[in-house]
Amino acid sequence: MLDRHPDLKTFLKMTAALLVVAVASAYILAEVYRYTKEPIKAANNRRELDAIAEVVNDFDNDPFAEKMTIYTPDKKSKLQLYPARKDGIVNSFAIKTYTNSGFGGRIDLIVGFYIDGAIKGYKVISHQETPGLGSKITEPKFQSQFNGFDVSKHKFKVRQDGGDIDAVTAATISSRAVIDAIQRAVDAYKNFNTGK
Amino acid sequence: MDKTSLNNLTRGILRENPTLVMLLGMCPTLGVTTSALNGLGMGLATLFVLMMSNMAISLVKNVIPSQVRIPCYIVIIASFVTVVDLLMAAYLPALHGALGIYIPLIVVNCIILGRAEAFAAKNNTWQSLLDAVGMGIGFTWALALLGSIREVLGSGSLFGWNFLAEGADTMLLFIMPPGAFLALAGLIITVNQLRKAK
Repeated sequence: MLDRHPDLKTFLKMTAALLVVAVASAYILAEVYRYTKEPIKAANNRRELDAIAEVVNDFDNDPFAEKMTIYTPDKKSKLQLYPARKDGIVNSFAIKTYTNSGFGGRIDLIVGFYIDGAIKGYKVISHQETPGLGSKITEPKFQSQFNGFDVSKHKFKVRQDGGDIDAVTAATISSRAVIDAIQRAVDAYKNFNTGK
Repeated sequence: MDKTSLNNLTRGILRENPTLVMLLGMCPTLGVTTSALNGLGMGLATLFVLMMSNMAISLVKNVIPSQVRIPCYIVIIASFVTVVDLLMAAYLPALHGALGIYIPLIVVNCIILGRAEAFAAKNNTWQSLLDAVGMGIGFTWALALLGSIREVLGSGSLFGWNFLAEGADTMLLFIMPPGAFLALAGLIITVNQLRKAK
Protein backbone atom coordinates (compact mmCIF):
# COMPACT_ATOMS: atom_id res chain seq x y z
CA MET A 1 0.00 0.00 0.00
CA LEU A 2 2.77 2.42 0.90
CA ASP A 3 4.60 3.68 -2.15
CA ARG A 4 8.10 4.84 -1.26
CA HIS A 5 8.58 6.76 -4.51
CA PRO A 6 5.29 8.44 -5.27
CA ASP A 7 4.89 10.14 -8.63
CA LEU A 8 4.31 13.87 -8.86
CA LYS A 9 0.52 13.60 -8.94
CA THR A 10 0.36 11.54 -5.73
CA PHE A 11 2.88 13.85 -4.13
CA LEU A 12 0.77 16.91 -4.90
CA LYS A 13 -2.38 15.14 -3.68
CA MET A 14 -0.68 14.26 -0.40
CA THR A 15 0.55 17.82 0.12
CA ALA A 16 -2.84 19.31 -0.73
CA ALA A 17 -4.69 16.96 1.62
CA LEU A 18 -2.40 17.74 4.55
CA LEU A 19 -2.53 21.45 3.80
CA VAL A 20 -6.32 21.55 3.64
CA VAL A 21 -6.73 19.55 6.84
CA ALA A 22 -4.18 21.72 8.66
CA VAL A 23 -5.65 25.03 7.48
CA ALA A 24 -9.22 23.98 8.24
CA SER A 25 -8.22 22.80 11.75
CA ALA A 26 -6.30 26.00 12.40
CA TYR A 27 -9.28 28.10 11.36
CA ILE A 28 -11.73 26.17 13.56
CA LEU A 29 -9.36 26.35 16.53
CA ALA A 30 -8.86 30.09 16.08
CA GLU A 31 -12.63 30.64 16.02
CA VAL A 32 -13.25 28.47 19.10
CA TYR A 33 -10.39 30.18 20.92
CA ARG A 34 -11.82 33.62 20.16
CA TYR A 35 -15.28 32.51 21.20
CA THR A 36 -14.19 30.97 24.53
CA LYS A 37 -11.48 33.48 25.49
CA GLU A 38 -13.75 35.76 27.52
CA PRO A 39 -15.75 32.97 29.27
CA ILE A 40 -12.49 31.25 30.28
CA LYS A 41 -11.11 34.47 31.71
CA ALA A 42 -14.39 35.11 33.51
CA ALA A 43 -14.41 31.56 34.90
CA ASN A 44 -10.84 31.94 36.21
CA ASN A 45 -11.61 35.32 37.75
CA ARG A 46 -14.77 33.97 39.36
CA ARG A 47 -12.82 31.07 40.87
CA GLU A 48 -10.26 33.48 42.28
CA LEU A 49 -12.89 35.90 43.54
CA ASP A 50 -14.79 33.02 45.19
CA ALA A 51 -11.57 31.96 46.87
CA ILE A 52 -10.89 35.52 48.03
CA ALA A 53 -14.42 35.86 49.37
CA GLU A 54 -13.94 32.68 51.38
CA VAL A 55 -10.78 33.84 53.16
CA VAL A 56 -11.54 37.50 53.97
CA ASN A 57 -14.17 39.29 56.08
CA ASP A 58 -17.37 40.70 54.58
CA PHE A 59 -16.58 43.27 51.94
CA ASP A 60 -18.44 45.62 49.63
CA ASN A 61 -15.61 46.71 47.35
CA ASP A 62 -14.11 44.94 44.35
CA PRO A 63 -10.85 43.43 45.65
CA PHE A 64 -9.91 42.66 42.08
CA ALA A 65 -9.96 46.30 41.04
CA GLU A 66 -7.81 47.33 44.01
CA LYS A 67 -5.18 44.63 43.74
CA MET A 68 -1.58 45.54 44.52
CA THR A 69 1.64 43.79 43.63
CA ILE A 70 3.95 43.04 46.54
CA TYR A 71 7.41 41.49 46.59
CA THR A 72 9.27 39.16 48.93
CA PRO A 73 12.39 40.70 50.55
CA ASP A 74 14.68 38.91 48.07
CA LYS A 75 12.60 40.37 45.18
CA LYS A 76 12.34 36.89 43.69
CA SER A 77 8.60 36.45 44.06
CA LYS A 78 5.86 38.77 42.95
CA LEU A 79 2.53 38.26 44.74
CA GLN A 80 -0.89 39.88 44.45
CA LEU A 81 -2.59 41.50 47.44
CA TYR A 82 -6.35 42.02 47.39
CA PRO A 83 -7.71 44.37 50.08
CA ALA A 84 -11.26 43.76 51.32
CA ARG A 85 -13.10 46.89 52.43
CA LYS A 86 -16.39 47.36 54.20
CA ASP A 87 -17.72 50.95 54.17
CA GLY A 88 -14.38 52.10 52.85
CA ILE A 89 -12.29 50.64 55.66
CA VAL A 90 -9.92 47.75 54.98
CA ASN A 91 -10.97 44.96 57.38
CA SER A 92 -8.87 42.10 55.98
CA PHE A 93 -6.93 41.18 52.88
CA ALA A 94 -6.07 38.22 50.72
CA ILE A 95 -2.72 37.39 49.14
CA LYS A 96 -2.33 35.11 46.17
CA THR A 97 0.80 33.09 46.74
CA TYR A 98 2.47 29.92 45.57
CA THR A 99 5.11 27.34 46.33
CA ASN A 100 7.18 25.11 44.10
CA SER A 101 7.96 22.59 46.81
CA GLY A 102 4.74 20.57 46.61
CA PHE A 103 5.00 16.82 46.11
CA GLY A 104 3.57 17.28 42.60
CA GLY A 105 5.23 20.64 41.92
CA ARG A 106 3.62 24.04 42.06
CA ILE A 107 0.71 24.84 44.38
CA ASP A 108 -1.21 28.12 44.04
CA LEU A 109 -3.25 29.33 46.95
CA ILE A 110 -4.99 32.37 48.34
CA VAL A 111 -4.41 33.23 51.99
CA GLY A 112 -6.65 35.55 53.94
CA PHE A 113 -5.25 37.69 56.77
CA TYR A 114 -6.88 39.72 59.49
CA ILE A 115 -5.71 43.29 59.60
CA ASP A 116 -3.37 42.50 62.52
CA GLY A 117 -1.54 39.97 60.34
CA ALA A 118 -3.01 36.75 61.77
CA ILE A 119 -4.10 34.16 59.22
CA LYS A 120 -7.83 33.93 58.62
CA GLY A 121 -7.72 30.92 56.34
CA TYR A 122 -6.54 29.76 52.95
CA LYS A 123 -7.93 28.24 49.81
CA VAL A 124 -6.00 26.17 47.29
CA ILE A 125 -6.48 27.38 43.72
CA SER A 126 -4.55 24.67 41.93
CA HIS A 127 -2.34 21.76 42.91
CA GLN A 128 -1.11 18.40 41.63
CA GLU A 129 -0.71 16.61 44.96
CA THR A 130 -1.47 12.89 45.26
CA PRO A 131 -5.25 12.38 45.39
CA GLY A 132 -6.30 11.12 48.80
CA LEU A 133 -2.99 11.98 50.46
CA GLY A 134 -1.49 15.36 49.62
CA SER A 135 -4.83 16.56 48.30
CA LYS A 136 -6.03 16.63 51.92
CA ILE A 137 -4.36 20.04 52.21
CA THR A 138 -7.61 21.29 50.67
CA GLU A 139 -9.75 19.77 53.43
CA PRO A 140 -11.05 21.53 56.56
CA LYS A 141 -9.36 19.10 58.94
CA PHE A 142 -5.92 20.39 57.97
CA GLN A 143 -6.97 23.90 57.03
CA SER A 144 -8.73 24.70 60.30
CA GLN A 145 -5.36 24.70 62.10
CA PHE A 146 -4.47 27.87 60.24
CA ASN A 147 -7.59 29.79 61.25
CA GLY A 148 -6.46 32.58 63.54
CA PHE A 149 -2.86 31.38 63.49
CA ASP A 150 -0.43 34.23 64.14
CA VAL A 151 2.91 33.54 62.52
CA SER A 152 4.71 35.99 64.84
CA LYS A 153 3.44 34.25 68.00
CA HIS A 154 3.70 30.55 67.11
CA LYS A 155 6.26 28.35 65.44
CA PHE A 156 5.02 28.21 61.86
CA LYS A 157 6.34 24.77 60.94
CA VAL A 158 5.01 21.23 60.90
CA ARG A 159 5.41 19.29 64.14
CA GLN A 160 8.12 17.09 62.62
CA ASP A 161 10.21 20.23 62.13
CA GLY A 162 9.54 21.45 65.65
CA GLY A 163 6.55 23.65 64.83
CA ASP A 164 2.92 23.92 65.85
CA ILE A 165 1.14 22.61 62.76
CA ASP A 166 0.03 18.97 62.48
CA ALA A 167 0.99 17.70 59.02
CA VAL A 168 -1.46 15.63 57.00
CA THR A 169 -0.74 11.96 57.72
CA ALA A 170 1.59 10.54 55.04
CA ALA A 171 1.77 13.93 53.31
CA THR A 172 4.39 15.89 55.23
CA ILE A 173 5.86 17.32 52.01
CA SER A 174 2.51 18.73 50.90
CA SER A 175 1.93 20.16 54.38
CA ARG A 176 5.36 21.80 54.39
CA ALA A 177 4.60 23.22 50.94
CA VAL A 178 1.44 24.94 52.20
CA ILE A 179 3.44 26.49 55.04
CA ASP A 180 6.12 27.58 52.57
CA ALA A 181 3.52 29.30 50.39
CA ILE A 182 1.90 31.08 53.34
CA GLN A 183 5.30 32.06 54.74
CA ARG A 184 6.06 33.64 51.38
CA ALA A 185 2.87 35.70 51.63
CA VAL A 186 3.74 36.73 55.21
CA ASP A 187 7.27 37.78 54.21
CA ALA A 188 6.00 39.75 51.23
CA TYR A 189 3.41 41.51 53.37
CA LYS A 190 5.99 42.43 56.03
CA ASN A 191 8.26 43.72 53.30
CA PHE A 192 5.41 45.75 51.83
CA ASN A 193 4.55 47.25 55.23
CA THR A 194 8.11 48.21 56.20
CA GLY A 195 8.97 49.42 52.73
CA LYS A 196 6.47 52.25 52.91
CA MET B 1 -32.46 -0.49 13.25
CA ASP B 2 -31.03 -3.33 11.16
CA LYS B 3 -28.80 -6.03 12.50
CA THR B 4 -25.44 -4.58 11.35
CA SER B 5 -26.17 -1.20 12.87
CA LEU B 6 -27.22 -2.77 16.15
CA ASN B 7 -24.11 -4.90 16.10
CA ASN B 8 -21.89 -1.85 15.49
CA LEU B 9 -23.58 -0.01 18.33
CA THR B 10 -23.38 -2.74 20.95
CA ARG B 11 -19.98 -4.16 20.06
CA GLY B 12 -17.98 -1.69 22.15
CA ILE B 13 -20.21 -1.84 25.20
CA LEU B 14 -19.21 -5.30 26.40
CA ARG B 15 -18.14 -7.79 23.73
CA GLU B 16 -15.23 -5.71 22.43
CA ASN B 17 -15.01 -3.26 25.32
CA PRO B 18 -12.03 -1.02 24.52
CA THR B 19 -10.75 -0.92 28.10
CA LEU B 20 -11.56 -4.32 29.57
CA VAL B 21 -11.32 -6.58 26.52
CA MET B 22 -9.07 -4.84 23.99
CA LEU B 23 -6.95 -3.15 26.71
CA LEU B 24 -6.65 0.09 24.78
CA GLY B 25 -6.25 3.54 26.31
CA MET B 26 -4.56 2.30 29.47
CA CYS B 27 -2.93 5.67 30.20
CA PRO B 28 -6.16 7.58 31.00
CA THR B 29 -7.70 4.41 32.45
CA LEU B 30 -5.00 4.11 35.11
CA GLY B 31 -4.27 7.81 35.49
CA VAL B 32 -7.61 9.55 36.03
CA THR B 33 -9.70 6.93 37.83
CA THR B 34 -8.89 8.09 41.35
CA SER B 35 -12.56 8.89 41.85
CA ALA B 36 -15.83 7.85 40.23
CA LEU B 37 -16.52 11.38 39.03
CA ASN B 38 -13.10 11.75 37.38
CA GLY B 39 -13.57 8.43 35.58
CA LEU B 40 -17.03 9.40 34.40
CA GLY B 41 -15.89 12.85 33.25
CA MET B 42 -12.93 11.47 31.33
CA GLY B 43 -15.16 8.82 29.76
CA LEU B 44 -17.75 11.36 28.61
CA ALA B 45 -15.10 13.72 27.22
CA THR B 46 -13.58 10.80 25.30
CA LEU B 47 -17.04 9.72 24.09
CA PHE B 48 -17.62 13.20 22.68
CA VAL B 49 -14.24 13.37 20.93
CA LEU B 50 -14.70 9.84 19.58
CA MET B 51 -18.09 10.69 18.08
CA MET B 52 -16.79 13.87 16.43
CA SER B 53 -13.58 12.31 15.12
CA ASN B 54 -15.26 9.13 13.81
CA MET B 55 -17.83 11.20 11.93
CA ALA B 56 -15.28 13.65 10.55
CA ILE B 57 -12.92 10.91 9.45
CA SER B 58 -15.63 8.85 7.77
CA LEU B 59 -16.57 12.00 5.81
CA VAL B 60 -13.07 12.76 4.56
CA LYS B 61 -11.81 9.19 4.17
CA ASN B 62 -12.18 9.17 0.38
CA VAL B 63 -10.30 12.41 -0.27
CA ILE B 64 -7.30 11.71 1.94
CA PRO B 65 -4.50 9.74 0.25
CA SER B 66 -3.62 6.66 2.27
CA GLN B 67 0.05 7.73 2.64
CA VAL B 68 -0.85 10.76 4.76
CA ARG B 69 -3.98 9.47 6.48
CA ILE B 70 -2.40 9.06 9.93
CA PRO B 71 -1.10 12.67 10.21
CA CYS B 72 -4.46 13.92 8.91
CA TYR B 73 -6.37 11.86 11.48
CA ILE B 74 -4.11 13.07 14.27
CA VAL B 75 -4.61 16.72 13.29
CA ILE B 76 -8.40 16.23 13.18
CA ILE B 77 -8.46 14.42 16.53
CA ALA B 78 -6.14 16.97 18.17
CA SER B 79 -8.38 19.79 16.96
CA PHE B 80 -11.49 18.23 18.47
CA VAL B 81 -9.65 17.62 21.75
CA THR B 82 -8.55 21.25 21.90
CA VAL B 83 -12.12 22.36 21.20
CA VAL B 84 -13.38 20.17 24.06
CA ASP B 85 -10.61 21.50 26.31
CA LEU B 86 -11.48 25.14 25.60
CA LEU B 87 -15.25 24.64 25.87
CA MET B 88 -14.86 22.77 29.14
CA ALA B 89 -12.57 25.46 30.59
CA ALA B 90 -15.12 28.09 29.62
CA TYR B 91 -18.38 26.45 30.68
CA LEU B 92 -17.50 23.61 33.11
CA PRO B 93 -14.52 25.04 35.00
CA ALA B 94 -14.95 22.69 37.99
CA LEU B 95 -14.76 19.53 35.87
CA HIS B 96 -11.94 21.05 33.85
CA GLY B 97 -10.03 21.64 37.07
CA ALA B 98 -10.49 18.00 38.11
CA LEU B 99 -9.50 16.46 34.77
CA GLY B 100 -6.78 19.06 34.19
CA ILE B 101 -3.85 17.61 32.34
CA TYR B 102 -5.72 14.52 31.19
CA ILE B 103 -7.87 16.26 28.58
CA PRO B 104 -4.97 16.92 26.17
CA LEU B 105 -4.03 13.25 26.62
CA ILE B 106 -7.21 12.22 24.79
CA VAL B 107 -5.22 12.98 21.62
CA VAL B 108 -2.90 10.06 22.25
CA ASN B 109 -5.65 7.75 23.47
CA CYS B 110 -5.22 4.88 21.06
CA ILE B 111 -8.95 4.05 21.18
CA ILE B 112 -9.64 7.16 19.13
CA LEU B 113 -6.99 6.60 16.48
CA GLY B 114 -7.76 2.87 16.63
CA ARG B 115 -11.44 3.39 15.81
CA ALA B 116 -10.52 5.93 13.11
CA GLU B 117 -8.18 3.42 11.45
CA ALA B 118 -10.15 0.24 12.05
CA PHE B 119 -13.68 1.49 11.56
CA ALA B 120 -14.31 5.06 10.43
CA ALA B 121 -11.86 4.80 7.52
CA LYS B 122 -13.84 1.88 6.07
CA ASN B 123 -17.47 2.65 6.93
CA ASN B 124 -20.04 5.35 6.33
CA THR B 125 -20.77 8.23 8.69
CA TRP B 126 -23.87 6.74 10.34
CA GLN B 127 -22.20 3.41 11.12
CA SER B 128 -19.08 5.25 12.34
CA LEU B 129 -21.19 7.31 14.71
CA LEU B 130 -22.86 4.16 16.07
CA ASP B 131 -19.45 2.55 16.54
CA ALA B 132 -18.17 5.66 18.33
CA VAL B 133 -21.19 5.78 20.66
CA GLY B 134 -20.80 2.08 21.55
CA MET B 135 -17.05 2.31 22.11
CA GLY B 136 -17.43 5.56 24.03
CA ILE B 137 -20.06 4.11 26.34
CA GLY B 138 -17.91 1.02 26.84
CA PHE B 139 -14.95 3.21 27.79
CA THR B 140 -17.08 5.44 30.02
CA TRP B 141 -18.68 2.71 32.10
CA ALA B 142 -15.36 0.91 32.50
CA LEU B 143 -13.67 4.09 33.77
CA ALA B 144 -16.59 5.06 35.99
CA LEU B 145 -16.71 1.58 37.52
CA LEU B 146 -12.93 1.48 38.04
CA GLY B 147 -13.08 4.96 39.55
CA SER B 148 -15.92 3.85 41.87
CA ILE B 149 -13.99 0.79 43.07
CA ARG B 150 -10.88 2.87 43.77
CA GLU B 151 -12.83 5.66 45.44
CA VAL B 152 -14.81 3.29 47.68
CA LEU B 153 -11.72 1.34 48.76
CA GLY B 154 -9.27 4.23 48.85
CA SER B 155 -11.26 7.22 50.04
CA GLY B 156 -14.32 5.61 51.62
CA SER B 157 -16.67 7.64 49.45
CA LEU B 158 -18.58 7.35 46.19
CA PHE B 159 -19.13 10.29 43.82
CA GLY B 160 -17.84 12.48 46.64
CA TRP B 161 -20.44 11.17 49.11
CA ASN B 162 -18.62 10.07 52.26
CA PHE B 163 -19.97 6.97 53.97
CA LEU B 164 -17.20 6.50 56.52
CA ALA B 165 -16.65 8.37 59.74
CA GLU B 166 -14.30 11.36 59.55
CA GLY B 167 -10.70 10.20 59.84
CA ALA B 168 -11.48 6.48 59.38
CA ASP B 169 -8.68 4.45 57.83
CA THR B 170 -9.09 3.53 54.18
CA MET B 171 -6.97 1.50 51.77
CA LEU B 172 -4.94 4.44 50.49
CA LEU B 173 -3.10 2.09 48.15
CA PHE B 174 -6.13 2.08 45.87
CA ILE B 175 -5.95 5.76 45.00
CA MET B 176 -2.25 5.52 44.30
CA PRO B 177 -0.87 4.19 41.00
CA PRO B 178 -0.27 0.57 42.17
CA GLY B 179 -3.89 0.38 43.31
CA ALA B 180 -4.99 1.34 39.81
CA PHE B 181 -3.26 -1.75 38.40
CA LEU B 182 -4.71 -4.01 41.10
CA ALA B 183 -8.25 -2.69 40.70
CA LEU B 184 -8.02 -2.91 36.90
CA ALA B 185 -6.73 -6.48 37.10
CA GLY B 186 -9.62 -7.44 39.37
CA LEU B 187 -12.11 -5.83 37.03
CA ILE B 188 -10.66 -7.56 33.94
CA ILE B 189 -10.72 -10.95 35.71
CA THR B 190 -14.37 -10.44 36.61
CA VAL B 191 -15.35 -9.37 33.10
CA ASN B 192 -13.45 -12.29 31.53
CA GLN B 193 -15.20 -14.76 33.84
CA LEU B 194 -18.58 -13.27 33.00
CA ARG B 195 -17.85 -13.43 29.27
CA LYS B 196 -16.72 -17.07 29.56
CA ALA B 197 -19.77 -18.04 31.57
CA LYS B 198 -22.07 -16.76 28.83
